[in-house]
Amino acid sequence: MARILLIFAHPALEKSRVQKELLQKIPGLPGISFHDLYETYPDFLIDVNQEKQLLLKHDLILFQFPFYWYSAPAIIKQWMELVLEHGWAYGKDGKALAGKGWMNIISCGGSKEAYQLNGRNHRTIHEYLYPFEQTARLCSMEYWPPFVVHGTHRLDSTDIRLYASQYEQLLLGLEADRISLEERTGCIYMNDLIPLPTSIQS
Amino acid sequence: MDQSSFLFQALVYLTAAVLMVPIAKKAGLGSVLGYLVAGMLIGPAFLNLVGDSTNVMHAAEFGVVMMLFVIGLELEPSLLWKLRKPIVGLGGLQVLCTLGLVCLIAMAMGYEWKVSLAIGMIVAPSSTAIVLQTFQEKGLMKTEAGQGGFSVLLFQDIAVIPMLALLPLLGNGTASNNSSSHAGGTWVSHQPAWFQTLLVFAAVVFIILAGRFLIRPLLRIVAAARVREVFTATSLLLVIGITVLMTKVGLSPALGTFLAGVVLADSEYRHELESDIEPFKGLLLGLFFIAIGASINFQLLANLPVLLFGIVLGLMIIKCLILLVLGRSFRLSTDQNLLFSLGLCQIGEFAFVLLTFSRQEQIISNEIADIIMAAVALSMALTPVLFLFFERVIQPRFGTLEKTEREPDTITEKSPVIIAGFGHFGNTVGRFLKANGIGCTILDIDSDRVDFLRKFGFKVYYGDASRYDLLHSAGAADAKVILITIDDAEKRLEMIETIKKHFPNLQMMVRSSNRYDAYDQMNAGMLHIYRETLDSSLRMGVDTMKLLGHRSYTATRAAQTFLKYDELAVKKLSSIRDQKQYINTSREFIEELEKIIRNDARMPDIAREKGWDDDSLIKEVKDNA
Repeated sequence: MARILLIFAHPALEKSRVQKELLQKIPGLPGISFHDLYETYPDFLIDVNQEKQLLLKHDLILFQFPFYWYSAPAIIKQWMELVLEHGWAYGKDGKALAGKGWMNIISCGGSKEAYQLNGRNHRTIHEYLYPFEQTARLCSMEYWPPFVVHGTHRLDSTDIRLYASQYEQLLLGLEADRISLEERTGCIYMNDLIPLPTSIQS
Repeated sequence: MDQSSFLFQALVYLTAAVLMVPIAKKAGLGSVLGYLVAGMLIGPAFLNLVGDSTNVMHAAEFGVVMMLFVIGLELEPSLLWKLRKPIVGLGGLQVLCTLGLVCLIAMAMGYEWKVSLAIGMIVAPSSTAIVLQTFQEKGLMKTEAGQGGFSVLLFQDIAVIPMLALLPLLGNGTASNNSSSHAGGTWVSHQPAWFQTLLVFAAVVFIILAGRFLIRPLLRIVAAARVREVFTATSLLLVIGITVLMTKVGLSPALGTFLAGVVLADSEYRHELESDIEPFKGLLLGLFFIAIGASINFQLLANLPVLLFGIVLGLMIIKCLILLVLGRSFRLSTDQNLLFSLGLCQIGEFAFVLLTFSRQEQIISNEIADIIMAAVALSMALTPVLFLFFERVIQPRFGTLEKTEREPDTITEKSPVIIAGFGHFGNTVGRFLKANGIGCTILDIDSDRVDFLRKFGFKVYYGDASRYDLLHSAGAADAKVILITIDDAEKRLEMIETIKKHFPNLQMMVRSSNRYDAYDQMNAGMLHIYRETLDSSLRMGVDTMKLLGHRSYTATRAAQTFLKYDELAVKKLSSIRDQKQYINTSREFIEELEKIIRNDARMPDIAREKGWDDDSLIKEVKDNA
């Protein structure tokens, strides 16, 4: 059983359709801890020690957030600045997180096609996520491919539910160590391991 | 008295007050001394502009009655209950000890026991008028000395009733029916004792019940009529009515109005009653002090200076010593005890009443009565001087007692911040700043707190923070910011004026109790105003929203938005508001609240923020498809 920490950030969950549905499907398993940053720290006063203890107790760290302006909501940045201390997370003696996994779970308005060199956004999701990848590397963590919900503005409720159950299956598989190293390193998005019907609107 | 002479008298009294009181205030002597000096000047000894001032004094005693009504209004029953121990213990012992000791001394001097007892009773009470007025003016009511003093004075007011009842028994029974307003009414005094007692109880119960079930509805009706002077008339009627009732049953009117005040303390018309009675009270009290000043018999003083001063000093020292011992056994700290004892060691205005009565009952001969009368007036005149002595000589000694040891650090590191008032509000700010290594100098009026804080290494100055000299010695000239966190709203405004005048470069941050307080402070030009009812209410609102299932970040942002909006709204309301208009009735309060709540519709709604909203994006995508 993998010990998974799901760090969630959404500044206005009331207005969300996709993220709300994804949250609904998070399986209540002993191996999965859910941690809601905006709910815990509405004043952005992050308890660094508490966060460190949480990180140490888990092997795989998931960050779930809406992909605002090609990045994460502000509190994730604040969290990274404060929690990933030199001498603890990185640096000569900073090995606390070494070997743990880092995975982003994002929802974005643009379609898969839009996130191509010749698409509207001119870069792939991977390229936009480089800061996270490099952060993970600096902390000697393994950076895993992201789970992405594309084209959120277009999705109808059925499609959103399809994505949500795909997410549920991913979490079930991760918690029970059902996803092999080859599978995970061989895919572009984690979504690829649990295929959805191609007719999905995105 | 015909009309022209009445007007002439008014002219004399008012001119004297208008001239002398500002001078006395300016010199830092307090208004009471100003009135007394004014009285001496117009009295027979100097300008001789007024005839017999006794009549005026009787009229002016009504000011004392009004003062107790106002004090009652500010005193809720729960607080009175809390004070029951000092009232009965401290007050009771003071009256008994003083009475006993003075009586024994008089007997040792060869007076008959009846005369001695009467003298003891005359001497025991202190001056409610002078002491409370001074305590209030100097903002000392909430200190230990203030509370202790108040308790003792209250007990004395009660004790005067049995004294008045006792005096006739000491006389030889030839007394005529008296005309004094304080003595028992004619009909009642002819009733048997048990019936009189019953009447007294009935009157007290009547006041309590009437306060609840008669006066409040009456006030509501009068307020609804919206004719301001009728409300004033009602307030006066209330006080005068109680006075008449109390006089009829032979109780002290001051006590009666005090009781009525307490009953009405939690009524919604409290503030309006207070502000209506206040000017009358002030004027009559002033008149009372002037009358005392005018009644000082300088002729007697010139003839028997040694005897008279000997009596005055002797009596004051005896009273002071008794108070000191009692204060000590009731655990007042040394300097508070000194303030308490020096403040209450004069002989009070009840002496005039008791003296008149004793003279009528022929207990005390006229010569003795004259001497005592002069002594009483003198001792009252000396009281403001004693307060000054305490303020200028004793207080600084306590204020600098430990400072001398730490003189170097006071000079080397000047605190950038001064905190005036280290009560519940000030100590939170102070602790916060200290925890962040910001040096603070603290000014506080509570000497126990001062001692305690010194133990923890705070730099503390003891005294009235609105005084220039204290501010100056606390380093106001070099500090950057002063936090005005004292409890008393009026004192805060006073401080603002002092600082504006003497330390124009000192930034002021000021606590305000509520919205109206904030308006006053804005009018005084304050930029940094902190309403104590604002932030914590909003935090409560945030937590309520959370409990109801709202997202914590959303609730927090809603509160931040509200706070910003409300600060702006207060500024706006303050600028469009008639500056002379004070909110007195709950009706006006509700009207203003209505305005505020209507305005709230214009509050920015965070739900309408579009940054995190993708409705329009979804629409656009659909339209394109």
